[in-house]
Amino acid sequence: MPAPSLSPATRGAPPGHALGEIAFRFACAAAVTLLLAAIAGLIFSLILGGFPAFRAFGFGFLTSTEWNPVTDVYGAAGPIVGTLITAFVALLIALPLALGVAIFLVEFCPARLSRALAIAVELLAGIPSIVYGMWGLFFLAPWFAAHVELPMMSGANIFTASLILALMVLPYMAAVFRELFLTVPLHMREAAYALGCTPFEVVRAVVIPSVRRGMIGVIMLGLGRALGETMAVTFIIGNAHGLPHSLFDSGSTIASTIANEFAEATSDMHSAALIALGFLLFVMSFAVLAIARLLLRGARQ
Amino acid sequence: MIRHRSAVWAWVAAMAVACPACATEITGAGATFPAPVYAKWGEAYRRQTGISLNYQAIGSGGGIKQIKANTVDFGATDRPLKPAELAAAGLYQFPTVVGGVAPIVNLPDVRSGQIRLSGPLLGDIFLGKVRRWDAPQIAALNPGVALPRLPITVVHRSDGSGTTFLFTSYLALKNREWALRVGASDAVSWPAGIGGKGSDGVAAFVKQTPGSIGYVEFAYARQNGAGTILLQNKAGHFVAPGAATFGAAAKAANWLRSPGNHVLLLDESHPDAWPITGATFILVHRRPSDAARSGQVLRFFDWTYDSGDSLAAGLDYVPLPRIVKTLLVRQWGALIKADGKPVYVGR
Repeated sequence: MPAPSLSPATRGAPPGHALGEIAFRFACAAAVTLLLAAIAGLIFSLILGGFPAFRAFGFGFLTSTEWNPVTDVYGAAGPIVGTLITAFVALLIALPLALGVAIFLVEFCPARLSRALAIAVELLAGIPSIVYGMWGLFFLAPWFAAHVELPMMSGANIFTASLILALMVLPYMAAVFRELFLTVPLHMREAAYALGCTPFEVVRAVVIPSVRRGMIGVIMLGLGRALGETMAVTFIIGNAHGLPHSLFDSGSTIASTIANEFAEATSDMHSAALIALGFLLFVMSFAVLAIARLLLRGARQ
Repeated sequence: MIRHRSAVWAWVAAMAVACPACATEITGAGATFPAPVYAKWGEAYRRQTGISLNYQAIGSGGGIKQIKANTVDFGATDRPLKPAELAAAGLYQFPTVVGGVAPIVNLPDVRSGQIRLSGPLLGDIFLGKVRRWDAPQIAALNPGVALPRLPITVVHRSDGSGTTFLFTSYLALKNREWALRVGASDAVSWPAGIGGKGSDGVAAFVKQTPGSIGYVEFAYARQNGAGTILLQNKAGHFVAPGAATFGAAAKAANWLRSPGNHVLLLDESHPDAWPITGATFILVHRRPSDAARSGQVLRFFDWTYDSGDSLAAGLDYVPLPRIVKTLLVRQWGALIKADGKPVYVGR
């Protein structure tokens, strides 16, 4: 860090100007402070609100699968497992597709069509999640029930929820992948082609290696979005507490459980358990971001 | 033009005289089930009196929390509070309208209202013990009906709900194993089936899954044309859900001997009573901090008792019996007081 007096903000500026610059810097610092205070307040209130549940159930809150509002006994293993499974399956489906979309747009597509397609992809990324949820409930789930999972007789399960999630993170990931690939200098690619590389070889040996760090970041952000997605999943996952027995069993996620039950949680322990779930989700999202940072650092070396 | 202007001034003057002390808005929050009729009542009341109702349908649990925190003039709940809970929070509750919960089914080649079930059997189905529509227990109640050879898919609410409270309370009343293993609440640990979010979620899953059975508030089933069933009541009759059978249950209930107006209209003994009937309730403070606002709330509900029945019936709600309403208004005068004086004594 250079000393403040050497920073471009104040260096060589006339005195009147400097006052404005100081105010500007102060305003920016205030914005950051406000944000940090909000995060600290959030963590504090989540811990405080969830404390009764952590105290009552201890470590068992993480491992027990019993979630029973009647007896006021809560264990979060079902929603935790459901959250992890849906997010990772969604990522597994979305990642190759997003790569394919981005590579096609950058490498193979005529420029004019590419621009139109890119706008369409970004449009998809901006659709509110409840719209995906309704589409899943009224179209995808019945279609699955009728054509794919006859023995299950219902389309409301972890797999359809993962599919919807994949569909939701796909445009986002594809759009950012495309931006990343476009940052690879044209001359590098052209040099590779000049050496006689095929398009596949160019992507594998030039494009992807030069943006690997960014790609890890995108994947982690996609995972983060899938972890916290609420409404679309709530509509279609079947909302059964307890551990799912297979991908085609109904389950629940942390976010869907909170969305379902918070409005009608009348007992104090029920509210506390839901807030504790919120805290767990916060911790999981934080872990994902932290791992992304570590991987990025690893990739840099 | 001059006439118009003087009319406006007259109106302004009248408002200023009539309403310096009283609120021009009543705020309430809570149950979603009665929200449509409260909205309709509020609109009609505003046209008549200029006082508007701001009702937020955030769910019964939210309504209870908000009235306890005193952030609204009244709370609304589908699950009546127990007398002890009322006393602890200094609250008073009274019913407004009656409705019913109806099991809905999706059975190919079976007409709506053709299948007959009993309470204990309904419990066994929702426990996941009776797994097929052609099971002997169902066939025994339905001689002559060609039952579909389909597995039963149970569909329940995934979100906490007064509808679930009423339905599970009924199952707990009629099915011993349900009472022991699951119990009755706004949300329970369901032994079987899939959960849909909201009435529309349940209706959608039932609609798209042949062989499924779910439950929704009756007005919802009717508006969506869902297939309903006949359910055996306490008198042994198989009855269909509807205004007539809900009204029969309301008539049979013992309203006045119930402490704190804690009344569930489940399994009433009237020969025509629909067994899963329930009232929806309003919560107010017994010792309100603002007597004028509290009086406004009671005045509004007194008005709905007097002039709201046809509006309610148009939305598939059943009004309370007249005698019950009269006695409730008398109760308000005796129980809800500020500085030792009743905040509302009726018209």
